[in-house]
Amino acid sequence: MKVLLNHPVREVDVKGPRRVKDLLKELNLLPETVLVVRGDDLVTEDDMLRDDDRIEIRPVMSGG
Amino acid sequence: MRCRKCKDRAVLEIPRHHTAFCKPCLSDFICAQAERAVTEEKMFTKTDRVLVAVSGGKDSLSLLDILRRLGYQADAFYVDLGIGEYSRQSKARVEQFTSARGIPLHVHELKEDEGAGINELADLVHRPTCSVCGTLKRYHFNRTAVELGYHVLATGHNLDDEASRLLGNVLHWQTEYLDKQGPTLPASMDGFAKKVKPLFRLAEREIAAYAIVNKIDYIVEECPNSKGAKMLLYKDILNRLESESPGTKQAFYWGFLAKQEAEAKTRPSMTENDRAVLHPCITCGQPTTAETCSYCKLMARAKTGPAA
Repeated sequence: MKVLLNHPVREVDVKGPRRVKDLLKELNLLPETVLVVRGDDLVTEDDMLRDDDRIEIRPVMSGG
Repeated sequence: MRCRKCKDRAVLEIPRHHTAFCKPCLSDFICAQAERAVTEEKMFTKTDRVLVAVSGGKDSLSLLDILRRLGYQADAFYVDLGIGEYSRQSKARVEQFTSARGIPLHVHELKEDEGAGINELADLVHRPTCSVCGTLKRYHFNRTAVELGYHVLATGHNLDDEASRLLGNVLHWQTEYLDKQGPTLPASMDGFAKKVKPLFRLAEREIAAYAIVNKIDYIVEECPNSKGAKMLLYKDILNRLESESPGTKQAFYWGFLAKQEAEAKTRPSMTENDRAVLHPCITCGQPTTAETCSYCKLMARAKTGPAA
């Protein structure tokens, strides 16, 4: 699957299928700090991602 | 995962509340939490005019959306800091959001009114950019709300902002700042707008989810000046604690507020304290503890160069 990451913006390929929580663990991301977006939709940690999915991992932290 | 309210497919799990919501129930939850904050903390009523300080980010645009949805008279105020492409993009988001919904928008342009953007001003006075930015924004938020006759100024500060700020203040024992960490600051005297934070009950992840499910086009990029900021470090630490022990952030900040409220009965009020130390700035007339307010001092230094 294609995974779009922010800060900085980049795209990585990850083999599917796999659960959102496993993907975040593999990318070393804390679930509390991101949202996972597929198309127009948010997915939760136990949702399954397919190999042909395009997803965005959106950071939620802001402010200085 | 299923929505705890309607059993439809959930889009967000909220471990601190042992719950999960679908899109419509998430929006209802967010609006109910904001409404609870507004009424319980006596922030404003439906007859008050509210000025919302917007940055183009998820929190402030969501706040404006939520308040309008709840039937409040909320208008927008944007300070253009002149930070190149970042400011251009954030301003475009604010203009697009407000014009699509017919929301009145007031704009203050730093480059026009102060003669330079935030980075140039910080260079001129040899002070950290975030510190200069804070001084300028606080000044213009207050002044604009007062001059345009708004009853209250609202900002998009959320639970994470307040918990991380509290952590920073406690770590450095800056107890003098703790009094001002409540979600409602009174209009203690002439020239001071009442200031409120209606999102203090909501985590920033929940607000970001609200923005996404309601298709609010906000700026995802961080301010380039916030790189390495201490507040981001404190937020990161609190998020690690929250992951291990959901509810840590709210227990920390809400617990602090409960203690403040209990102690308030035995101490002078914030209004009494403010009135004892504040008086009009000799240059601009805005309330200050010194002869000249920090904004006027900063602008004088920018014009003449820093003192040796």
